[in-house]
Amino acid sequence: MATATVPPPAQPIERENYLNKHYGVGSWLLTTDHKRISLLYLMSITFFFFIGGFFALLIRLELLTPAGDLVQADTYNKLFTMHGMVMIFFFLIPSIPAVLGNFLVPMMIGAKDLAFPRINLLSWYLYIIGGILMLHCMLTGGVDTGWTFYTPFSTAFTNTKIVEAGLAIFITGFSSIVTGLNFVVTIHRMRAPGMTWSRLPLFIWAHYATSIIQILGTPVVAITIVLVAVERTLHLGIFDPKLGGDPLLFQHLFWFYSHPAVYIMILPSMGIVSEIIACFSRKRIFGYTFVAISSISIAVFGFLVWAHHMFVAGISVYAALMFSLLSYSVAVPSAVKVFNWTATLYKGSIRYDAPMLYAFGFLGLFTIGGLTGLFLACLGIDVHVTDTYFVVAHFHYIMVGGALMGYLGGMHFWWPKISGKLYPEGWARLAALIVFIGFNLTFFPQFILGYVGMPRRYYQYPPEFQVLNVLSTAGATVLGIGYLLPMVYFLWSMRYGKPAPDNPWNAAGLEWKTQSPPTTYNFEEEPVVTWEAYNYEELDAHPDEEAPSVG
Amino acid sequence: MFDNFPLWPDRASTAAANVDALFIFLIIVSGLMTALIFTAVIYFAARYRRQKGVQAEQIEGSTPLELTWSFIPLVVFMVIFAWGAVVYFKSRTPPRDSTEVYVVAKQWMWKLEHAEGQREINELHVPVGRDVKLIMTSQDVIHSFYVPAFRMKQDVLPGRYTVAWFRATKPGTYHLFCAEYCGTQHSGMIGSIVVQEPAQYEAWMSGGTTGPLSATGGKIFAELGCVTCHRMDAQGRGPNLQGVFGKPVQLEDGRTVTADENYVRECILDPGAKRVKGFQPIMPTFQGLISEEQLNALVAYVKSLSQPVAAGTKTAAAAPQNQEQDKAKPAGSQVQ
Repeated sequence: MATATVPPPAQPIERENYLNKHYGVGSWLLTTDHKRISLLYLMSITFFFFIGGFFALLIRLELLTPAGDLVQADTYNKLFTMHGMVMIFFFLIPSIPAVLGNFLVPMMIGAKDLAFPRINLLSWYLYIIGGILMLHCMLTGGVDTGWTFYTPFSTAFTNTKIVEAGLAIFITGFSSIVTGLNFVVTIHRMRAPGMTWSRLPLFIWAHYATSIIQILGTPVVAITIVLVAVERTLHLGIFDPKLGGDPLLFQHLFWFYSHPAVYIMILPSMGIVSEIIACFSRKRIFGYTFVAISSISIAVFGFLVWAHHMFVAGISVYAALMFSLLSYSVAVPSAVKVFNWTATLYKGSIRYDAPMLYAFGFLGLFTIGGLTGLFLACLGIDVHVTDTYFVVAHFHYIMVGGALMGYLGGMHFWWPKISGKLYPEGWARLAALIVFIGFNLTFFPQFILGYVGMPRRYYQYPPEFQVLNVLSTAGATVLGIGYLLPMVYFLWSMRYGKPAPDNPWNAAGLEWKTQSPPTTYNFEEEPVVTWEAYNYEELDAHPDEEAPSVG
Repeated sequence: MFDNFPLWPDRASTAAANVDALFIFLIIVSGLMTALIFTAVIYFAARYRRQKGVQAEQIEGSTPLELTWSFIPLVVFMVIFAWGAVVYFKSRTPPRDSTEVYVVAKQWMWKLEHAEGQREINELHVPVGRDVKLIMTSQDVIHSFYVPAFRMKQDVLPGRYTVAWFRATKPGTYHLFCAEYCGTQHSGMIGSIVVQEPAQYEAWMSGGTTGPLSATGGKIFAELGCVTCHRMDAQGRGPNLQGVFGKPVQLEDGRTVTADENYVRECILDPGAKRVKGFQPIMPTFQGLISEEQLNALVAYVKSLSQPVAAGTKTAAAAPQNQEQDKAKPAGSQVQ
């Protein structure tokens, strides 16, 4: 059981932990501690998040008026391209796995570290090398193809830095592959005694499913990027019809990775939501097995639906039919998850702390994002709305509404464990509310904009689309404030926050049964697990151990 | 105010009504699902908020419930899928005897050429109530021909033809957008579709023209010397093209293909790829030697060789015929 360490009231004497054991830049850059690597990732992805966010801000400002007046057309094209590339490859894909996954996977299964600590550090260096290349690419001209690199535009027409951006993504891709590999091996080999597969937290199941996609999918996009580079430099004729190639082949290869990549972003977020909902309603997740299996089936079915991005691209009617049908097979496990989370609330004992507010936000936005996915998988509708703002709104609801809400919820939930400090609860609830409202203001008008017919990637547009664009830009401003707030108060709390108890939420899970922040090897001695996941009934059977209210 | 703030696109084609009906159905279904989930979440969150002395009641799960909420959505999804597939099939199958318009996209303009010979740039005139088939190709990168008012979109690829069709139902001027990102002036690659009443359209059509596209194709056919091998009277060194279009063709490698627009195109640009059985590989490639417009004219010419009436008179004859159909049911085609 957790030893409820109540911090001394005055100046607490800091216990030795992973943060204060060693000091100096070298102790960070050469660390193999998964928790320190997680923090290295946290700093790097936050940096890229604000770069990508800055691009988004400029895009929204340009779209405030129908005429192209803020930046040049080429600049605008580069802005949305770099926004997509930075946000997807340098923020969303590494976000939860490399930060929270890195920190928590070993702790949740009762291990000292990941299976390959040095490879873990290598993955961060790969990410950084890719990131520096990407920064260099942006500063010296950037890319204007859209993050999708469609051929033959990317291979034979644009003059921008395709090969360099491709190389950056190629290298970063390997950081994603080795992280996935590390997780799979760790989850198979390093579980503490008694931590059986059926006792794993759903966060672990979600990361396991994610890792499968990272390992199987990422090499395909790496190969595709190499083909684009080769075609561009040597004119081999793989994608260029003038040389006998097929531009649609590129789209097949690209989406074979890039559709599952969406699940790399959303699955870990679903794992977080499971942990938060269980803790703040003091219940075992309803239908644990089904939620766990649905993660795996999303990962598997996710590989069978890629051509639903290509219904109007020129594929055969029968191929389109198959891919539409298969797309609905991914929708079922996603729906099952939402129903199970909802059912978990039933007869719970629910508190509305900031992490739970983010989880509620996730439920709302993911539901809307998922249901509009049904529209897009539907052949008759897709013809009209694909490549319009309807698609833009849909995937932002999933990738920003879903994935980012989960990430922020997780950051709040585990912040006391990571930093050893409590964040200011009132501010955090306010931020959650601002993000939710700002998000809907930004992206809901885009559904209408898309159905009315505004194509995506438009630098200027007919004047009748202006009102909805103005609404969207106004929302983006609110959203921006919502994202800045957590960064400010997290940083503030590192210095001024109250020291966190070991288990401020009285949560289940091995990560809470060690001190905050943990020691380098996480546990004093190897834990032996004799209980099921989410044993809130046992935890709450000792009301005297109820944790003090946070904030 | 609402002129400047549309919440629903114009509905100006037969397909638009189908797509809108399906879209409204989806809004209702997903609206109900959203309402169900939101109500449950909000009700549970309020009803079971933490109270002193009240503990959560642990519920393991329920397999019947899991199967129910997997199966019911699946059935709903299959209905959506099937309906969507029907709408899609209709939108992908151009009716026979559609009027044909050849579209050549390039960075950053649309070039349109009517079978009757009229050429337009970034503007397409079509009559109300007639099926129009677009045979499209690109000179450079991928573009996409998108008319929101028709709920119609089709990517336009270099190196092949893609096909789309529509039947306009309401006179007016509608946006034509490029919907596949194509470079600097992507958002400037917009034009308009001008839908006219048949009489107005005929007046517009009677403007200057160089003669039907197939006739232009015939001239090119002679100029390039195609006619020396592809003879019309006797069997020459190349296949006789009379009556070939739309029929199955036996290939040298044993396959059989249908002689559609893409096949004719490929035979001109890469004659060795799908050689007709019994002929020697002696035809030179025309890749890079002729423009997309010339290619379209040639395709139109080969096509005209398979039509019962002579090429020029065929389309002209078809027009008044359609007009009469429109007169027969003016309400149906305009009130929608």
